[in-house]
Amino acid sequence: MNSLLFLIPAALLLGGLGLCAFLWAVRDGQFEDLDGSATRILYEDETPLPKRPV
Amino acid sequence: MPLDSLTAHCRHCGQPLMGAATERGAFCCQGCAGAYTLIHDLGLDAYYDRRPAEAAAPAVADDGDGADPLLGLPDAVAVAPDGSCLLRLSVDGLHCGACLWLIEAAVTKHHPEVRSARANLTTRCLTLRWTGAPAQAVDYARLVTGLGYRVAPFGGAGAGADPAAAQERALLRRLALAGFAAANVMLLSVSVWSGADAMGDATRTLLHWVSALIALPTVAIAGQPFFQSALAALRAGRTNMDVPISVGVLLTTGMSVVMTAQHGEHAYFDGAVMLLFFLLVGRYLDSRARGRARSAAAHLLALNQAPVTVLDADGLPQVVPPARVSLGATVLVAAGERIGVDGTVAEGVSDLDASLVTGETLPLAVAPGAQVFAGMINRTAPLRLTATASGEGTLLAEMVRLLEAAEQGRARHVLLADRIARAYTPVVHLTALTTFLAWVFLGHAAWYQALLIAVSVLIITCPCALALAVPAVQVTASGRLMRQGILLKSATALERLAPVDTVVFDKTGTLTLGRPDLLPDPTLTAAELELAARLARASRHPLSRALARAAGPGPVAEGVVEVPGGGLRWRGPQGFVRLGSRAFCGVTDADDEGRAGPELWFSRCGQPPRRFLFADRPRRDAAAVVAELKAAGYRVELLSGDRAVTAQALAAEVGIDIVRADARPADKCAHLAALRAEGRNVLMVGDGLNDAAALAAADVSLSPASAVDVTQTAADVVFQGDGLAAVAETLAVARRARALVRQNLAFTLLYNLCAVPVAMAGLATPFVAAAAMSGSSLAVMANALRLGGKKSPDGGQ
Repeated sequence: MNSLLFLIPAALLLGGLGLCAFLWAVRDGQFEDLDGSATRILYEDETPLPKRPV
Repeated sequence: MPLDSLTAHCRHCGQPLMGAATERGAFCCQGCAGAYTLIHDLGLDAYYDRRPAEAAAPAVADDGDGADPLLGLPDAVAVAPDGSCLLRLSVDGLHCGACLWLIEAAVTKHHPEVRSARANLTTRCLTLRWTGAPAQAVDYARLVTGLGYRVAPFGGAGAGADPAAAQERALLRRLALAGFAAANVMLLSVSVWSGADAMGDATRTLLHWVSALIALPTVAIAGQPFFQSALAALRAGRTNMDVPISVGVLLTTGMSVVMTAQHGEHAYFDGAVMLLFFLLVGRYLDSRARGRARSAAAHLLALNQAPVTVLDADGLPQVVPPARVSLGATVLVAAGERIGVDGTVAEGVSDLDASLVTGETLPLAVAPGAQVFAGMINRTAPLRLTATASGEGTLLAEMVRLLEAAEQGRARHVLLADRIARAYTPVVHLTALTTFLAWVFLGHAAWYQALLIAVSVLIITCPCALALAVPAVQVTASGRLMRQGILLKSATALERLAPVDTVVFDKTGTLTLGRPDLLPDPTLTAAELELAARLARASRHPLSRALARAAGPGPVAEGVVEVPGGGLRWRGPQGFVRLGSRAFCGVTDADDEGRAGPELWFSRCGQPPRRFLFADRPRRDAAAVVAELKAAGYRVELLSGDRAVTAQALAAEVGIDIVRADARPADKCAHLAALRAEGRNVLMVGDGLNDAAALAAADVSLSPASAVDVTQTAADVVFQGDGLAAVAETLAVARRARALVRQNLAFTLLYNLCAVPVAMAGLATPFVAAAAMSGSSLAVMANALRLGGKKSPDGGQ
């Protein structure tokens, strides 16, 4: 049971890191426009998408 | 009619080309050509490859606001202390990812001073940051309007963030915290449950303390929305769903801390935190659905604040907000500009697009002395107006007030979930109290043991699944409708749609396409039609477009003169040719055959004048949808502001038996009120501003996406596309959603009936409570997801 003494804090620390990352993402506005982000990811800055099959 | 095999489309907006386009090189109008050139010059041609096939570029605003309203933009710029400027623009016509890319790329290219340009597809808002003068805002806005979008300052509040959006963010943060805590506490709880026999008291207490360490701050932070709402309700002497939630969570946490301090066997931290997590999921889904409705309204407000140009005492033009125009002032309205005040025409002859105010699609010819209203668009020639009303006094403002009044009447609709909460809360609390008293006096248990059992009753009955039952179904239903181009704007729309038994349609633009088509005429020769079409191709007037459409692609006459308020004149090889109104063509004899509807006259030297008749065609599936609705048992009515003859004819064509014509906006409201007084649940489908009040007066309302802004705001549901199938589909989904909500509620009730006796008997250990709670929540969610999949058997075709 002694291993719990460092395993529990370690688990909480890792979980906390994930939580902080998420909170940062919310603050950064990454959840403001879910519709836009869904399409934005497909675009490069210069080269367009391959032509759509008509 | 001769249809060219070359079904050419405009290179910018993708509309089918009239013959006129060949003269301008594959564009339907000057605006599209300009936008294409701009996009091409900026090297952004990739836009045309990227946009979805069905989504055309915004048809360039020849009917949009002129450039003048943009002059007010620098006032909306917020200047940061470090000298950078920030502007939030509401962008009309932004509807796909390609639009985002195009606008962002166009503004940043060749403008190194622009630090960031970020367009938001959800709120249709563009956020610009740049270093320099606020006046540069006008250049950027011109660039965006040049691409074919319409812009206005966002929400009027400058850079200020939307408080509701901030609230949604806070909710998301709380959700994240509760999720993190629920997962970690559950991890510790599982180890307690699984090692219950082998684990020593000290270890178990340690794990309980760690759980408390995570759970206490979580309850304090993530539980706030519930505690606040419960407090507010109690202060007002009411109860709501948040009261049992708050009591349950607080008692559970408190009891668990006491148990932990006494080295007790059971702690319910996992139950409390998981409850908060599930409830926050429901709350967040709910908030997102509301957010969409909110952004549509803000958008409308922004677009109605265009400044107007007024001549001051010295005869110099000045740009002022519409509300500050004094009565009797002279207002200048450029061609293509939206009129901002009510007034009479003092000088100038022009055609006005009055569709926003009257719902009429055909332009209105005006001359000095004519009455005009705010919201109309001046099409052909500049006008000078004498203002008779401005700001809140205009007819437009009056209509918006009528609409708000009607909407307030509807806001009294009480959500099903709230009604249940009112009945549910006292029952739960009484059950818990009875349990406590029974154990103390009948079971002779120690008071703290009795309290523990009473609390476990509260935990088990906590309306976790109940709180998820409605939002989960709503989110899947609105997601399914949205994939078919149907946008639910109001959070309560689905609930109000389900009991509908009467469907009332508006005529123009709703049952019909709102666009005139040339009626076939056997006496018309191809040569006559072709000659008339050559003139018509030079004009953007709806009747000219209809004529050109009927004739198909072909050459356009050169040197056609468009006379505002009259028609088209052309000096041809065989003398003057005129195409236009009866008076313009010099037709005086009254050979009216009683044929109603829009008409064009065509006169040539030495030949009798010819008449072209037009009619507004019903949407292609109108008859099918009406038949389907009637078969499903709905009462279908036609309510039109048009004359009785026209309305009857259309009703007969699509199969509607009950017709009411000649209805002014107030009559429409009254008629709907009468229907509701009969105990009917009315769905109104309409598109014009004259329908807006009626839409708000009905129990629930639909409007096509082609409708004017105000009407879309008034409507609960907006649907896209040319068909009316969306009406039947929306009703079907709403009925199905109601069935699922009822199933969910029945399931929750059943679950409580089984679980409560177990808890009252004192058998609900933390493990049982946690399993029952998550089990019921997941079951409710899974049931809701059934709506998202394939089409319901009773859905649209």
